[in-house]
Amino acid sequence: MIIRPFLILLATSALFASVAHAENVLRWSSQGDAMTMDSHAQNEGQTRTFAQQVEDALINRKPDLTKEPGLAVSWKLINPTTWEFKLRAGVKFHDGRAFSADDVVFSFKRAQMPTSDLKDLITTVADVVKVDPLTVHITTKGPDPILLDEITNIFIMSKGWSEEHKVAVPQNYNGGEETYAVRHKNGTGPFKLELREPDVRTVMVKNADWWGLKDNPHNVDRIIYTPIRNPATRIAALLSGELDFLLDPPVQDIARIEASGMFAIQKAVSPWTIFLGMNSGRKELTSSSVKGKNPFADIRVRKAVNMAVDVNGITTRIMRGFGQPAGSLVPPGVYGYDKSLDTHLAFDAEGAKKLLAEAGYPTGFDVRLDCPNDRYLNDEPTCQAIVGMLARIGVKAALDLKPRTLHFPKVQTKQTDFYMYGWGTDTTDAHNHLSFLSLPTSTTNATEYSDPKLFELVNAMATEIDVAKRDAMIKEASVRLRDAYSYVPLYHPIIAWATRKGLNIPITLDNLPHFQFARFAP
Amino acid sequence: MSDALTPVAKPGYLWTRFRRSPLAMTAAAVTLLIVGGALLAPLLASQNPFDPAALDLSNGLFKPAWLEGGDARFLLGSDDQGRDMLSALLYGSRISLLVGVASVLFAAVMGVAVGLIAGYAGGWIDTLAMRLADVQLTIPAILIALMVDGLARATLQPAVHEAAAIYVLIFSIGIADWPQYARIVRAATAVQKTLGYVSAARVMGVPAPVIVFKHILPNVLTSVMVLATLGLALAIISEATLSFLGVGMPPTAPSLGTLIRIGNNFLFSGEWWITLFPSLTLVILALAVNMLGDWLRDALNPKLK
Repeated sequence: MIIRPFLILLATSALFASVAHAENVLRWSSQGDAMTMDSHAQNEGQTRTFAQQVEDALINRKPDLTKEPGLAVSWKLINPTTWEFKLRAGVKFHDGRAFSADDVVFSFKRAQMPTSDLKDLITTVADVVKVDPLTVHITTKGPDPILLDEITNIFIMSKGWSEEHKVAVPQNYNGGEETYAVRHKNGTGPFKLELREPDVRTVMVKNADWWGLKDNPHNVDRIIYTPIRNPATRIAALLSGELDFLLDPPVQDIARIEASGMFAIQKAVSPWTIFLGMNSGRKELTSSSVKGKNPFADIRVRKAVNMAVDVNGITTRIMRGFGQPAGSLVPPGVYGYDKSLDTHLAFDAEGAKKLLAEAGYPTGFDVRLDCPNDRYLNDEPTCQAIVGMLARIGVKAALDLKPRTLHFPKVQTKQTDFYMYGWGTDTTDAHNHLSFLSLPTSTTNATEYSDPKLFELVNAMATEIDVAKRDAMIKEASVRLRDAYSYVPLYHPIIAWATRKGLNIPITLDNLPHFQFARFAP
Repeated sequence: MSDALTPVAKPGYLWTRFRRSPLAMTAAAVTLLIVGGALLAPLLASQNPFDPAALDLSNGLFKPAWLEGGDARFLLGSDDQGRDMLSALLYGSRISLLVGVASVLFAAVMGVAVGLIAGYAGGWIDTLAMRLADVQLTIPAILIALMVDGLARATLQPAVHEAAAIYVLIFSIGIADWPQYARIVRAATAVQKTLGYVSAARVMGVPAPVIVFKHILPNVLTSVMVLATLGLALAIISEATLSFLGVGMPPTAPSLGTLIRIGNNFLFSGEWWITLFPSLTLVILALAVNMLGDWLRDALNPKLK
C-alpha cells in the first residue's frame, strides 16, 4: 500500500525531469544489428554505421559520399608514393585521452593485422610513420590513385585505450573471439557509446566535446537503436510512434507509410549490388550429391543459372520496384560504372536447360543455397523465389536461411558453394568492387574463380595513375568478371528511409546513416 | 469378467449422445471437412505449393477471386511467391494434421506405457518414472520443442534437415507431452490394480505383462482418448507456434503456422488474405477438435450422465 504513492511520486518526478532537460532522442531501427563494435574486425554495413557515429577516420564522408576532413585537416602528396597528413590539434577521445599521430600509426597497423577485415582495403599501404605528434606520412607500395578513398574506412582507435583493454589486435570474428572491443568503443566522434546489448539495444549519447560541433551544431542528444527482424513488427513500431527513423521500411509498406502523412520517405539508388556467388574453384561441391566434379566449374552451368534467374520478376514482384535489375557487379554511382555492362543475361529457362544438358546435367543437380534473412530487404523471399526459378531448370537448391552473424562468416571462410551476398562501395571506385569480388585473397569472395589475367588487371589498376589507361583496365576487368558468370548479379537496391516529420536526416547514398547530420525541428 | 467388476464402456450409448448434441455434430462435420480436404489435397489443389518449380512470381499477390484484381485460378488469392492460397491451405492443413496426430500418438504411446508400468509396478519404478515426468513438466513444452529443433538444426545438413523437419516437429511436440498421459494412466492403473478382476487374474497366475496390457489397458483407455483429442488441438497449435517462430516447417514446405508467419509480413500492407485464411483455418480446426474433445470428456464422465 505504501508502494503506490511512492510509484506515483517517482513517475511524476521522472516526468518533470524529462521536461526539464527536453532531450532530443532519436529512436531508430532496422532488421539486423551490427556484428561487433570492433570496427576493424568486420567490414559490414551496419557495423560501419555504428563505427562512424563513434569514431572518425582521417578523412570522413558526407551523406553524398564526398570527402571532408576528419581527424586530418589537410593532406598532400610529397612524392608519388608518400602522402603527408596534418592532424587535427586538441582532439580528445571519449575517455579523455588526447589524440595524436601515435593513434593513427597504431590504428593503421591494427587494420592491417591478419584478423582485420579491413586489411584488403589498404593492401597498397607500405608504412605509416609518425613525423611529429600532429603529422603522419603514409607510404604506398606504388602510386595509389584511390588511397584517400580507401582510408575513409580506417577508423582511428586510441592506442592507450586499446593497450589498456588488451584489444591491440582486432577481434577474430570468424573464430568466435570475444574481446573488450566487441561491446565497447572509444573514439573521437560525435557520439559516445553508452550501452551495448547485442541484438537488443544500443544507446549512444552526444559527445559535447566533439571537435566538429562548431561547424556542425547538431541537436541529437541520444540515439537508441533497437533491431527488429520481423517486417510487420518493424512497421508497427514505426506507425505507432515508437520509432523516429526506420532505415529499411519493408517495400510492401512504403505506400502505407507515405499515406499516413506522419513520415517522410527519401529514396535513392544506392551504390550496392545484391548478387549470388557460385563456387567454381572447388574440386567438388560440399553440399551437392554430384561427386568427383563441381558443376559450377563449368561455365555453361554458371551461365545457365544466370539465365534461369528472372531478375525483372524479383525487382517488380518481390522488391516492388525498389531495386534496379543488375547485370554488373559495379553499381551505379561508383567511378568506373558502365551502363552498357549493366544488363542481366536475358531470362530464358529453356535456353538454360539446354546449356545444362550440354554440360552433362540434363536432369540438373542439387546444391545448398545459403542466404541471410536479416541483411538485405526481402532477402528471404528473394532466395525463395530463386529456389523456384532454379527448380524450373532442374537445379534443386536447398535453402539455408541464417541471420547475418552466421551467414557472413560462412562466406568469409569460404564454407559455402552457393550464396547470396551484397557489396556496397567503400571507396566509390570500381576497384573496390572488382578487387573484393574477384581476388582470391579477398575475404568477401567465396567464388574461388581463377583468372590470372583478371587478377593482374585488378592489381594493376590499384597503382595506375594514368586515368585513360586505368579506365580501360576497369572496363576490361569488368567485362572479364561479368563473362565468367561466377556471380549472378540480382539488383541494385533503391533505398528508402522513413523519418518522422519534425526530424530531418539527409539520406546517405551508401545506406549507412550519419546522425551528426540529423536535425530535430525546434 | 463380470460387469460388476469392470467399468462400463457402451459404444451404443456414445452414439446416441452424439446424435443428440448439435455442437458435437457441427464440430465433427467441420473437422471431417478439413481432414477430408487435407487428405484429398493432391486431387483438390490446383497447384502443388511444395514444388518450387510450380510457383511463378508473375502470379504473385493476386487478391481473392471475388475481389477486383482477383484471378479465377486463385480462389483465395496468392502470396508474393505466386503460391495459390487455397492449395497452400489444403497442403498446409495436411502437414498440421499429420504433425498433430503423429505427435499425439507418439506422446500417448510413450505416456501410456510409462503410466501402466509405473502404476502397476509401484515402488521405486513408480517413483523414478513420476519424478522424471515431474522434471519434464517443469520445462515448458515450447522450450523442449525449441531445444530439440535447435539440436537437429545444428547436427543435420540443411538439405537433410529440410526433409527431416516434420519428424523433428513430431518428436519435439510428442516428447513434451508424454508426462500428462503417464500421470493420468498411472493414477487410473493404481485404482484398477486394486479391483477384483486384477486380483483374480493374478491369483490365476496370469503373467504381469498380460495383466497390464490385456486387462488393465482397455479400462484406462477412455481417459487417454479424451486427453488425446484435447491434446490434438494443442499439438496443432504447438506446431503452428513453432513454425510461426521459424523453427518448424521450412518456407518451401509450409504448414499453417509457416503460412501465417509468411503472411504476417504483409499484414500492414493491405495484403490481408495471405495471413487471414491460414489463421482462420487454424482457429476453426483447433476449435472444432477441441469441442469434440470437450464433448467426449463430458459424454464419458459417469458423473455427468
